[in-house]
This record gives sequence, structure tokens and C-alpha cells, in this order.
Amino acid sequence: MKRRKDLTLHSQGGKKIELLEMKGIYKKFPGVIANDNVNLEVKGGEIHALLGENGAGKTTLMNILYGIYQPDGGEIYINGKKVNIRSPRDAIELGIGMVHQHFMLIPTHTVAENICLGFKEAPFFYPTRVIEERIHDFTDRYGLKINPKAKIWQLSAGEQQRVEIIKTLLRGASLLILDEPTSVLTPQETKELFTILKKLVEEGHSVIFITHKLEEVMEISDRVTVLRKGKVVATVRTKDTNKKELARMMVGREVIFKLEREKIERGEEVLKVKDLFVENDRGLMAIKGVSFSVHKNEIFGIAGVAGNGQRELVEAITGLRKVKRGKVEILNVDVTNSSPKRIGDIGVAHIPEERIRFGIVPNLSVYENAVLRDYYHEPFSKGLFLNHHYIKEHSKKLVKEFSIDTPSIDTPVKLLSGGNIQKLILAREISTKSNLIIAAHPTYGLDVAATEYIRKLLLKKREEGAAILLVSEDLEEIFELSDRIAVIFEGKFMGIVPREKANLQDIGLMMAGSKRLEERNED
Amino acid sequence: MKIKVERRGEISPKKRFAYLIFSLIIGFLIGGLIFLFKGINPFYALQKIFVGSFGSIYGWKETITKAIPLMLCGIGLSLAFKGKFWNIGADGQLLFGAVLATWIALSLGKTYPAFVVLPLMFVGGFISGAFWGIIPAIMKIKLGINEVITTLMLNYIAEQFVQYLVYGPWKGKTQYGFPYTDNFSSSATLPVIKGTRIHYPTLIIGIILAVLIYIFIMKTKIGYEIRVIGENPEAAKYAGINFLKTTIIMMAISGGIAGIAGVGEVAGIHHHLTVPQQISSGYGYTAIIVAWLARLNPLVVILSSIFFGGILVGGDTIQTSMGLPFATINIFNGLILISVISINFFLEYKISIKR
Repeated sequence: MKRRKDLTLHSQGGKKIELLEMKGIYKKFPGVIANDNVNLEVKGGEIHALLGENGAGKTTLMNILYGIYQPDGGEIYINGKKVNIRSPRDAIELGIGMVHQHFMLIPTHTVAENICLGFKEAPFFYPTRVIEERIHDFTDRYGLKINPKAKIWQLSAGEQQRVEIIKTLLRGASLLILDEPTSVLTPQETKELFTILKKLVEEGHSVIFITHKLEEVMEISDRVTVLRKGKVVATVRTKDTNKKELARMMVGREVIFKLEREKIERGEEVLKVKDLFVENDRGLMAIKGVSFSVHKNEIFGIAGVAGNGQRELVEAITGLRKVKRGKVEILNVDVTNSSPKRIGDIGVAHIPEERIRFGIVPNLSVYENAVLRDYYHEPFSKGLFLNHHYIKEHSKKLVKEFSIDTPSIDTPVKLLSGGNIQKLILAREISTKSNLIIAAHPTYGLDVAATEYIRKLLLKKREEGAAILLVSEDLEEIFELSDRIAVIFEGKFMGIVPREKANLQDIGLMMAGSKRLEERNED
Repeated sequence: MKIKVERRGEISPKKRFAYLIFSLIIGFLIGGLIFLFKGINPFYALQKIFVGSFGSIYGWKETITKAIPLMLCGIGLSLAFKGKFWNIGADGQLLFGAVLATWIALSLGKTYPAFVVLPLMFVGGFISGAFWGIIPAIMKIKLGINEVITTLMLNYIAEQFVQYLVYGPWKGKTQYGFPYTDNFSSSATLPVIKGTRIHYPTLIIGIILAVLIYIFIMKTKIGYEIRVIGENPEAAKYAGINFLKTTIIMMAISGGIAGIAGVGEVAGIHHHLTVPQQISSGYGYTAIIVAWLARLNPLVVILSSIFFGGILVGGDTIQTSMGLPFATINIFNGLILISVISINFFLEYKISIKR
């Protein structure tokens, strides 16, 4: 019993971090300088936002602080003393904790078991018993509500994040690094997270909050350091700045916040999904009776937290996954369980989620990737052979037209930035197929400039007469682009609302499954 | 002290080549230890190997002879490996090619002229090798059975089948009880370069196939599909590529070319079918190293097959002159393969040691 008494806050001897200084941090990766003479100063008890576009070097900097990377130059000081952080273990001992964007949890184990894992002071026998009580402490203290006996896979993303936070706190973290923590949360969950963070800093913890969302910086942080292309643009107090100024610092130019969208009457029906049932990889029903239609000149947005059936829905429509029951019609042709090639031939563009995993072949060249979905028909090939001459000309045209930044069309695609890979996929898809565009998380992880470009392009395609099905977790994107918004929760639509009648509060509640609109026959 | 492993960016071809040579040298050094254990100066043994294979006209003749089946199997394997289909079964495919070719030779050889029989034997060898290659392809795609296991097991089945034939129904009446089939008639045997065992028609077929397969991989639709499946199966699915069809075609060609190697061995060297160890002496396995050393480029396979042909011949030399078992050279080859494959890791990652 004495042991447990020792397990109080900062139990692992993690000292309180009153001042963290990173001085002149330099880190080079092949072909790119990720951090160029970066200085960062975080005081005890503050929430310090680290703002920057993707590829600005935020995560690299934090990985250096957490000991995952070694800097090529520069020094780190804690409370004025120089420290050498060679591994995450060193970082943890110094009182630094990190919650990664992708959670490092074992889905089939319980919350308590996950927290015990690698926790030095957990006893060898029945390690979870001690932990469970400690978790209750955290619940009382910071509102970190969690059931220690629940299995990870049963938890929502927000709850999993709480487990990660408890894990780092229990290991004595005084400084918490959160890498894009809100990207997987509903608006309500985000609010809860912010409340927790505020309690943490009141208790003397400090937080580094990595983000590229300006609203969040304004709402939660005390100070903000803006990074651009590996360099610090400025460190400012949040109350002395505003969104517009931050955006300019982050991107290096003025950013338009409201996209122009023309009022336009929607046309004929292009996609019609009727009473669809689809299974996921584990053989469980992931889509349970979804019906909707998408029209010409219309963007139909599907909002929802990841893992609620979005992926299965998209795969069923594009022919990648078997439909169990129900019907998919495109331009009045029944394409239920048709092959992806046939569906592509009707003019269905598909911008897949996880673009590097699904959308491209990283080791093949730009021009070979540019025809991934068209290589088999003329003029891209003739008989048995690919028409390399035509393919290369076509690729050059796409690279120019969509301003894809690549050294040449022979460059392996894996060397392109995320934004340029996405542009290439979009270019490939909509250059040959434009009746129906299915876009899954099209701007996920992209920087502001690329995001703006892609959203504008989708709007332009809408005006030109395409029907667009947009799946996104980014509510800002859904509201900005969609004509109608459907909210998906556990494989069902919680409702379909025209954009003008939708408000963030309701959509958020629907995303969490706690509100459902009466089913009514649309159209 | 701390060892850090980090991902590299793109590597220049020059550096790539340097790493490859480096890996070969490391392989030789580690392989040399085996000789050391036997109490033989490894440098002396290595010198013997290379003098034996490349140091004389006789050595060259034998080296090229052994390079022919290695080249053919290596070309076939390069194709399968491009599609990340781990075909360990070239040996069995080679044997199956030899079996059908033997049947054609024995049943048609006496009545038809060479220009009918020999092409038929090559076609037959291709078809039966292809058949043996398609089985694991279907089992993988349709039933999800790992191809490493199926191709390896099919080798044993092919070996035992050949064994059964030459001890049983096909045992020659004129062979004094040896496990040989009757000798092929002259219209079913391949011509050789005078004074050598080099059956040059097979060699020419090999070189032509190297060029054709290179073009097939780089320029055709199916070659493109194979590369996409190999590099990123998820994207292949997304692109709507038919895995079953593509994999079957790929393995038919891969197995078929190994089958042609089998035709060359029976029609060019032995002139009859005999025990599997005689027909192949592990060419299908050595060809795995040949393909990897060539970095799966069929054109480079021509060179790497000659190189390994030489090592096999050198192995024979040290076997006789130093009294080492032939297994020594197999171990040696295995160590080179491990070394060549391991270098992939160092091409992808940078290792740095910090104090």
C-alpha cells in the first residue's frame, strides 16, 4: 500500500518545467531543411500554439524535443540547464510527454492495460489495479472521464485521446505536446479537450499545441509561434494578434477566407443510392440502409467522425466493395457491384482517402501515375502496349494545367509533397471523368494554399455541371462547399440538411449520434 | 553511444551501384569464413573459384553452359518478383518443362525432323512450366495461400514426379538399369558450339527473352499492371486491375521461361531425363540470387547469370581440387544472397552512430 502513496502527480520524478528553450535547432533531411535555426521558448503554465502549414517543420521540431529525431545543430535547455534528449525515454524522464496525431494504443486491450504498458512503477502482478484508482484521480481532477475497464476499440477518438493524455500525465509529464489533437474530434469533443487543457495549465502544466487551424490558436493559446518552411516567422501573444495576421504569417501572403460560390440551380439526378447495406472488412454491417441522391451542379457533403462507414460507402459506390443489399445507380445505369473500371468508364472520378496508400504508386513516376485509372483504353494504350508518347504528353499537360510542382514527369511520385500528390490525383481523375466526382477527405493534411486550390477546383467543377459527393471530417470544408449536408453516424444518416438551414451545433450533435432528424423523403 | 536509423531520400544510380558492389564484397568476405573454418585461406579459395570459372577457355565454356539455365530462370523470376510474387518454385517449373519436353522427344523424335521436334519441345516445355507456375498463382489469389509455401512445396512434388518417371514407367530399356529415360534421337537434341557443352539455341532464346521481358515489363499494359500490383496492391485495387488475370499471366510467363530452361538441360546437356538433382542442381534457387543481383532487370540478368554460372563452376573446381563438399558453394551463394538483399535496407535507411 505504501507504493501507491508514491504514485502521486509527477511520480516519476519528472521535475516541473518552468522554462523550456530550444535554441538554433537545425535539422536537415535529404533534399529539405526541415528546421532552420529554430528558436522556441515555452513557459510553465502556458498553452503555446505551434502554428504552420503542413511541411513547415512543426512535427519535426516536436519530434526532436521528444527525442525521436536528433537535431543536426542547436541546443535544448530546461529550466536554464542544457539537456541532451536522445530518445523518448530521456524526454519522459525530463517531464516531457507527447500525444501523437495517430494514437499508439492496442485496440484489443483495456484502457488500464494500455496505460500500464511501459509504465515503470506498475507492479508486476495485477498491474492494472493500481492504475485504475489513479485513473479515477485524474477523472476527478481534470475531468478526464474514462472507464478503465473499457477496451480501446470500443472508445471514440476523443476518448482514446484522453487515454493518451492520461498515459503521459501518469508518466510524470509536466510539458505536454499535442500534435494536431483536434483533427479526429467532433466540435463538442474539441470543446471538452480545451476545458481539460485549461485545467491542466491551471495546475502548472504547460502545453505545446501543434495545429494549422487558426480558430483553435485564437481560442486556446496564450502565445503562438508561427513556422513557415522550417523557419520561425514570429512568436506573438495571442491577444495581440488576429486570425488574418496569423494567416499571412503562416502562408506568406493574404488568404481568402470565404470562397466565391455562385448560386446555381441543381440539375438532373446523377447518383442515386437506395437502401444500401455494406459490410466492413470484419464482416460487420458498416452501412445500414442509406439512401440519397446527388444531382448535377450540386455538392453533397457527408460529415461525420471517421470510422462511421464513410469509407465503406465510398468503396461500395466506386465498385471496390461488395454491396450486400440495395442499389446504386449512376446516370440511370444500375452499377450495383459493377467493376471499378466500368464505373470509371461512366465518368466517375474517385479521389480516395489516404491518398498515398490508395491513390498512387509511390515508386512509379509522375507520368505512370497520371494514367493509373485510364491506362487500359485508347488513346493511352493501343492493343497490348501503352502509348508512352501520348501518356507523357498528357502528363505534361496535366502538370502545367494544374500547376503540379515536380522536377519532371519522370520523378517518382513519392518525392512530391502531399499537396502536389493530391493535385496529381485530382488532375488525373477529373481530366477524363467528370460526371460524378467522389472526393474523400480531399484536403486532409494539406497546407492552406493547396487546400484553397482544391476547394476552388471542386466549386468550379460544380459550376461546370459535375455532381460531387464530398466526404470530409472537416466541418469547415463541409460548410464551405456543400449544397446539402448529410451526417453519418454508425452507418446511418442522422439527417440531410440544406446548407442554409444547417448550423454547427446541430451537425455536431448529429455527428455524435445524439440528435437525429425525422426521416423524410428528400426530393 | 546511440545508433539511429533514419529514412533516406532518393539515391543516385551511381551510389546504388557502389552499394551493390560493396554488398558483394561483404558477401565474399563472410562466405570466405567458411573456407577459413575448413583451414583453407579464403583468398586462395576465392582465387581458385574465379580462376576455375573465368581464368581459362575451358572455364568460360562451362561458365556459359551453367549460365544458360540461370539466365532463363532469372528472367522469369525477375518478372514474378516485380509483381512481389515470391516465386521460389523455378526449380519445379524447370523440371516440369523438362518432363513434357522429354515426352515430346521420346514420342516424336524418331519420326519427325529436328525443325519440327525442337520447337515443339520448347513450346511444350514452356506450357508445362507455365502450368506449374499458374497453380500457386490461383491458390494465392483465390484462396489466399502464401505463394512462398506453395511454390516451394511444388518443387518437391515435381522432384518426386521426375524421380518416379525415371525409376518407373519412363526408365530406358537401353540404359543398363540407370535411372535414365532412353536417349533422345538426334532430331530432339540441341546443337552445341563445337568443343563445348554450350547449347547455343537456348542461349539465344535466353537473350531474346531478356529483351522481350524487359519490353513486356516496361511497355505493355500487363507489365504496367504487374508493377502497380507489386508496388502498391491497394492502388491496383483502386485502379480496377484484375489480380487473378494479371497474376496468372505473370506466373505463366515466369514458370514457362523456367520450363524452357528445363528443355535446354534435357535436350542440350543430358539428352535424356534423369534424376532431378542431375537435371537442375538447384538452378531455380540460385536464379533467385541472379535476379536480385540484377535488381530485377532482365537485361542485367544476362550478366549476373554469367557471374553466378562462374561461381558454380568455380565451386566444382574447389570441390575437386580441395576436397570440399559441393554444399560449400551453396552456403557461399546463400551468404551472397543475404548480403545482396540486406543492402536494400541500407539503401532505404541511413544509420548514424552518435556519442
